[in-house]
Amino acid sequence: MNEQKTPLIRLAKRDSMEPWKVWCIRGSSFLAAILLGGLIFLLMGNNPIAAYGTIISGSLGKNTAIRQTVKLAIPLLGTALAIAPCFKMRFWNIGAEGQITAGALAASYFALFWYDKMPPLLLLTVMCVSGAIAGGLWALIPAFFKAKWNTNETLFTLMMNYIIIGIVKWLQGGPWEGRPGSQIIPMFDSAAVLPKVFGVHCGWIIVLVMTVLMYIYMRYSKQGYEIAVIGESENTARYAGMNVGRIIMRTMFLSGGICGIVGFIVASGANGTLYDGVAAGVGFTAITVAWLAQLNPFAMIGISGLLAVLEKGADTLQTRMAVPASISDIITGIFLFCMLGCEFFINYQMIFRGKHKEVA
Amino acid sequence: MESVHAIELRHITKRFGKVVANDSIDLTLDRGEILSLLGENGSGKTTLMNMLSGIYFPDEGEILVGGKPVSIRSPKDAFDHGIGMIHQHFKLVNVFTAAENIALGLPGSGRLDRKAIAAKVREISDRYGFGIDPNKKVYDMSVSEKQTVEIVKVLYRGADILILDEPTAVLTPQETDRLFRILRTMREDGKAIVIITHKLHEVMALSDKVAVLRKGKYIGTVKTSETSPQALTDMMVGHSVTLNIDRPLPVDPTPRLEVQGLTCLDAEGVKKLDGVSFTAMGGEILGIAGIAGSGQRELLEAIAGLYPVAEGSILYSPDGKPPVNLVGKPPMEIKKAGVAMAFVPEDRLGMGLVGGMGMTGNMMLRSWRKGKGVFVNRKDPNALALEVKERLEVVTPSVEFPVRRLSGGNVQKVLVGREIASSPTVLMSAYAVRGLDINTSYTIYNLMTEQKMKGVAVIYVGEDLDVLLELCDRILVLCGGQVSGVVDARSVTKEEVGLLMTRVGGGKEDAIHE
Repeated sequence: MNEQKTPLIRLAKRDSMEPWKVWCIRGSSFLAAILLGGLIFLLMGNNPIAAYGTIISGSLGKNTAIRQTVKLAIPLLGTALAIAPCFKMRFWNIGAEGQITAGALAASYFALFWYDKMPPLLLLTVMCVSGAIAGGLWALIPAFFKAKWNTNETLFTLMMNYIIIGIVKWLQGGPWEGRPGSQIIPMFDSAAVLPKVFGVHCGWIIVLVMTVLMYIYMRYSKQGYEIAVIGESENTARYAGMNVGRIIMRTMFLSGGICGIVGFIVASGANGTLYDGVAAGVGFTAITVAWLAQLNPFAMIGISGLLAVLEKGADTLQTRMAVPASISDIITGIFLFCMLGCEFFINYQMIFRGKHKEVA
Repeated sequence: MESVHAIELRHITKRFGKVVANDSIDLTLDRGEILSLLGENGSGKTTLMNMLSGIYFPDEGEILVGGKPVSIRSPKDAFDHGIGMIHQHFKLVNVFTAAENIALGLPGSGRLDRKAIAAKVREISDRYGFGIDPNKKVYDMSVSEKQTVEIVKVLYRGADILILDEPTAVLTPQETDRLFRILRTMREDGKAIVIITHKLHEVMALSDKVAVLRKGKYIGTVKTSETSPQALTDMMVGHSVTLNIDRPLPVDPTPRLEVQGLTCLDAEGVKKLDGVSFTAMGGEILGIAGIAGSGQRELLEAIAGLYPVAEGSILYSPDGKPPVNLVGKPPMEIKKAGVAMAFVPEDRLGMGLVGGMGMTGNMMLRSWRKGKGVFVNRKDPNALALEVKERLEVVTPSVEFPVRRLSGGNVQKVLVGREIASSPTVLMSAYAVRGLDINTSYTIYNLMTEQKMKGVAVIYVGEDLDVLLELCDRILVLCGGQVSGVVDARSVTKEEVGLLMTRVGGGKEDAIHE
C-alpha cells in the first residue's frame, strides 16, 4: 500500500557516467530526432527516406553543394568561438549579431574607399584588423557599463544589435548608396574580396586556425584561467586578486573582435558587399552551437557543420520536393531539441515506481 | 497502545549516484522524548531527516508514523503526518510579521483572518513560553527570535514530531539555554523531538536518547544517562580519539598586525565595524568570538583588502622591516606580503574556491600569475595539490575531480591546505571547521597550532565556544561591530564570553542582525 503511493517517476542526479554510455545517449537522441523528423515528413505526405536523402545529397552530394554548406558553417563556427569565452565567464553576450555587423561595416569602409590606394594583401589585412577593432569596440561598450555600474549585459548587448543594424540601413540608403534609389551598397572591388582556396573563400582557414587558438587560449593561458574562475565565482576571482571589471572588458573586446573578423569574412568572402542583414541571425544560432558544444572549440566544428548541413539540405528540400520553408525550420528545431534535451538524461536518471523493489 | 512508536524507520536506504548516503537505517522515536541524532559530517543525518520531512524520497525501506506505513512525498505530506522540520537556514519572509509568516501557504479561505491567527500564535507561544509577538516584523527580529518563529510555524501546522537541524549553531549560550527549556517543555507536552547536532555537551544536556550514524550506517541508540561524551565520540568515529586540543604556550610572541580604530561601512552606509582595535601576535592564536554577523567577516575581509575601510589603520610588521599600513592596498599585494585568509563562507564554495575545478585548478588560484609568458604553470599547482591531498588526507578520486562534488570536510581541507601551503606570516581563518566532523576538525586545529609554533600570527574566527576556549591563546569578542572585550582564553569561562557576545545592547541591536 505504501508502494502505490510512491511517485510514478522520480529524478535523481547521476554521479558520473562512463563516456561510452554518454555517447550512447547522445547517439540515441540523434536517432530519436531523425525518427521524429521523419514523422513530420510523413504527416506532410512526403517519403521520409527520400526527404532525408535530399537533405544529405543537397548539402553534401556535389562539390558545389559541399562548398555552399561550408560557406554556411564558417560564420557559425567563427561566432561560436567568439562567444565561448564570454559564456565561460557567464557573461551573456547575445550581441554577436551587432558585433559581426560592426566588423563588416568597418571592413566595408576600407573595401569601398581604399581599394585603389593599397596593394590587395595589405587591403585585406587592414579590412580584417579594422573589422576586429570595430567589433571589439562595439562589444566593449556594454562590457564597460557592466564593469562600472553592473548593468544587465543581456539586454544591453541585445539592444546594441539594433543600433548598428540601423546604422548600416542608413548607410545603405544614404552616404554609401550605389546607384541612386537602389538602397544597395555597390559590390566590392575584386581586390577587396577574399581569395578562394579549394573553391571556398579562405575564411574557412581563418576560422579553423582560430579554433585551435581558442582551444589553447581557454585551456592553457592565464587569461583563460581568469575567465574560468570569474565564471565560477566573482568573489573567488576578486579574492585571488583578479581585476574582474578589467577582465570582463578584455574578454568582451576579444569576443567582439572575433565577431568583427567573422563580419569581415562574411562581407568580403561570401557577400562581396555590405547590407543590413549581413549577420543573418548567425549571432543567435551560434549561441546554440556554443552551448551544444559545451564551449569546446573542436566540438563546435562538428556542431556548426551539422547545422549547416541541415540548413543547406532544407533549402534543397524546398526547391526539389516543394516542402514549405517552415518545415525545414521544424526539422532543425527537432534536432536541436533532442540534442539539448539528451544532456538532461546524461545528468539525471529516472527511477520508475516499483523498480527499486526488485533491487531490494 | 504503549508499544506504538511515533516514528519508526525500517531499512531506509538513499543513494546519490554511487554514494550511499543512508544504508538500511532503522530508527525509532517515541512521544515525550528528545532524540539526538549524532554523526560526523557526511554521515547522513540531514539526508535521513530530509526523508522524514518530504524533501527526499527513500530508495528503499519503510517509514511508519504512529505504527502505520506512510509515504511522504512532499513537505505537505510530512505536515499531514504531523512531522515538521526546522532547517538550519530560516525560510521566512522578512517584510512579513511573525503571524503572517506562520500562516503563509496554509490552506483556507481567501480572506486572511489576522486576528484569529494572532490569537492562535499567542496561545501556542504562551503554552511553551516562546514569548513572541505575532505582529513583529521578521526584519526586526534577532536570530533566536526568527528561529522561534520557525518553531511556532511548525507547531501551528499541528506538528507533534519536530526535527531541528543544528538549531544552536547560530545562538549564544544564553539563547541556547532558552531553546533547551522550550524543547523540554514540549517534551513534557508529549511531542517527539529529534535534534541534529555536532556538539556533544548539548547532546548530554538535552536529550534522552542518542542515535549515532557513521558513514551512512546506523551504529546504535543509547540512553544519554548511560553514556559519556567519550563513548559517543568512539561510536561516531569508530575508534578512540582524544578530545583535548594540544595547546602549547606561545613562544616569543611579537606584534604582527596592529589594527587601530577600524571602521567599515557597508553599501547602505551601515556601520559593520565600529572603531575596532587589537593586536595580533606572531606565535599565538587569537580567537574571534561573536554571534553570527557581528562583523567577523568584514574584519577579515578588511584586513585582506577585500572590504573598503572608512577609517582607521591596519599596521603590518613583517620580519625586520618597518610596519606598513595595509589599508588601501590591493588584495594581491597584501597576500604577497604574507597575509593569508582561509574563509569558509556558509556555502563553503562562495569565496576562495572554484567549485567546477579540481584541486589543481584551485591551487592555481594562488599562483596563476606567477611566471612569465601567457600560459599558466600547471605543474607546480599539481604537485601542491598532490601534497595537500596526501598530507590532509583529502578524499578525492583525483586532483582533477571538481571540488564541488567533494564532501564539505574535504572542500575545507583543500581551502585551508592551500592557504597554509603559502607559508604566511598572518593566517586568518573563519569557520574553518564549519560543519566538519570531529576527526577532520582536529586535523585543522593541529594545523593551526603547528602554524602558531612556527611564529605565524593565527587569527581564528570560530563558532564553537568550547573550541575557542581550548584552542586559542587570547579571544577577542565582537558584538555589533565593536570589540566588547579581549580575554585570556586560558582563564575565561564560557559564560563570560557568552555575556560579552551580547553586551552591546539597545541601539546597537540592529547591527547584530546581518
